[in-house]
Amino acid sequence: MAKAIALSFAILTVMAGTFWLIIAGNRGGDSGALELLNVSYDPTRELWRDLNARFIPHYRQQTGKELTIKQSHGGSSSQARAVIDGLEADVVTLALWSDTDAICKKGLIDSAWQDRLPDHSLPYYSTIVFVVRKGNPRQIKDWPDLVKPGVSIITPNPKTSGNGKLSFLAAWGAVREGGGAEDDARAFVTKLYQQIPVLDTGARGSTVTFAQRDIGDVHLTWENEAHLEVAEGKGELEIVYPSRSIRAEPYVALVDANVRRKGTQQAAEAYLNFLYTDEAQEIIGKHHYRPINPAIQRKFAATLPPIALFPVTVTARGWDDVQPKFFADGALFDQIYTPKGN
Amino acid sequence: MSSAINRRVLPGFSLSLGYTLFYLSLLVLLPLAACFLKAASLSLGQFWATVWTERARSAYALTVGASFVAALANVFLGLLIAWVLVRYEFPCKRLFDALVDLPFALPTAVAGLVYSSLYVPSGWLGQFLVPLGIEGAYSRLGIVLVLVFTGLPFVVRTVQPVLDGLDAEVEEAAASLGATRWQIFRRVLLPPLVPALLTGFALALARALGEYGSVIFIAGNMPYRTEIAPVLIVARLEEFAYSEATALAVVLLTGSFLLLGLVNLLERWSKRHGD
Repeated sequence: MAKAIALSFAILTVMAGTFWLIIAGNRGGDSGALELLNVSYDPTRELWRDLNARFIPHYRQQTGKELTIKQSHGGSSSQARAVIDGLEADVVTLALWSDTDAICKKGLIDSAWQDRLPDHSLPYYSTIVFVVRKGNPRQIKDWPDLVKPGVSIITPNPKTSGNGKLSFLAAWGAVREGGGAEDDARAFVTKLYQQIPVLDTGARGSTVTFAQRDIGDVHLTWENEAHLEVAEGKGELEIVYPSRSIRAEPYVALVDANVRRKGTQQAAEAYLNFLYTDEAQEIIGKHHYRPINPAIQRKFAATLPPIALFPVTVTARGWDDVQPKFFADGALFDQIYTPKGN
Repeated sequence: MSSAINRRVLPGFSLSLGYTLFYLSLLVLLPLAACFLKAASLSLGQFWATVWTERARSAYALTVGASFVAALANVFLGLLIAWVLVRYEFPCKRLFDALVDLPFALPTAVAGLVYSSLYVPSGWLGQFLVPLGIEGAYSRLGIVLVLVFTGLPFVVRTVQPVLDGLDAEVEEAAASLGATRWQIFRRVLLPPLVPALLTGFALALARALGEYGSVIFIAGNMPYRTEIAPVLIVARLEEFAYSEATALAVVLLTGSFLLLGLVNLLERWSKRHGD
């Protein structure tokens, strides 16, 4: 009897403890300290750490308030889902317009969000480039070289990865920009994806497959990831800039519903506006993202050489149209793969 | 089990049952119900169109097939390991015993990464195996390999205590009565082990059916060839198509449930026949 009662008490204590932890965890903002949560995508970890370290003293000087900033990183779409499902992000800095827009469609972000910040809420942009093995043995210099016989390509699955989506759109757009018709683009990506031996689910998975596992001749990846990969590769890898590529646009936005409730609107606004200062733009360039300020981008011409970037509208009517046209179930990307083909 | 229906010898029956039900509901039933409810927001036609495409079918076949093969391999490997650990004394036995549990503790993604690094053409094992035509990475074989790894402890840990409890005298008696070694194994040792082997098989199978983290790093995820069903679920989630994703999950859940039910029936049957 005594044992049973003791056990029940133990269970009760554990339960109470768990609930207390959950509740206490959710109330972090009430203790007087100001806290922002920045929900971002995978490779931006180091970028935001540097930006936060600069912004916090700035904010202290201007307002006298002590601010802490938490970062959350993961696949862009799953991060968007987490915010939709209740993760209390103050700002979202995701890889794709469609991810930010999905949160907006749920009513958490004001529908005019793009016009609230300079440059349509785009403090920096990026693109997709090639990484090849030392000496570029396959002579891969531009998009058409990718589908030469025997070339094996590594890039993540567009269905599960932002990098994967942009690689696909970059390949498609490169054909269209070069004067090809929709059918030519379709033939090109079909050929290209048939030369991909491994479809990783995320960007870092592909990097591991290419750089650590020595699989593939060329890796299509984010420009900033390419720089990291080559630096890690100890001379075994090289970046190749194709003649043109897609303009990848990781927009930033305030999550209105959350900042209103948490009373963090001012701090979050100041945080996002800070990204457009020369100081922040320099940090962005140092991390191999392309600063929106052209003067500052020019300073980094050695690592961010000029390249013709086309907008997503070359491939579809807009981001809204990209998903149904290419990546929805049974859409163009799925049609590339047929059961007989294997 | 058989005599437990006595009237409340132990106090606290309602309290403990209450907690059990509460926890089961909170941790298992509620999330599962939510899953089914979400999937129910699709019409029957939509549901069918989502879960029964050619691509989905080949993914189910791969998931179930690879899990089955891996669980079966685990039955043989697990029995062997349990036998060695119980019946023989050798140096560092405790260490080996502890190693068996490692697949439980290791994040499965690590297993996938390590296995793929070993079996790629430039890997330690791959450089010898790939020329022989054995591709252990980015292939179906690779999927089975990591599933064997993640499911290994189940069979070992279910068989070990039963084997430990078997009296050596029974074997000696059989031997003194003139039984051959094979007869002893087949007629004396194996029958009491069958229920434990089946339990271990079921656990390893269930684990393998739901495995995601390790598989995606070694499978290559090529549609129709090495794409497991959970990858399809993630792909649908990326489109914010929650209902479709849960519809696929419901099919996997129901399939797993039926499969496990079948194994349970088999286990009961074997217990009855063992007595």
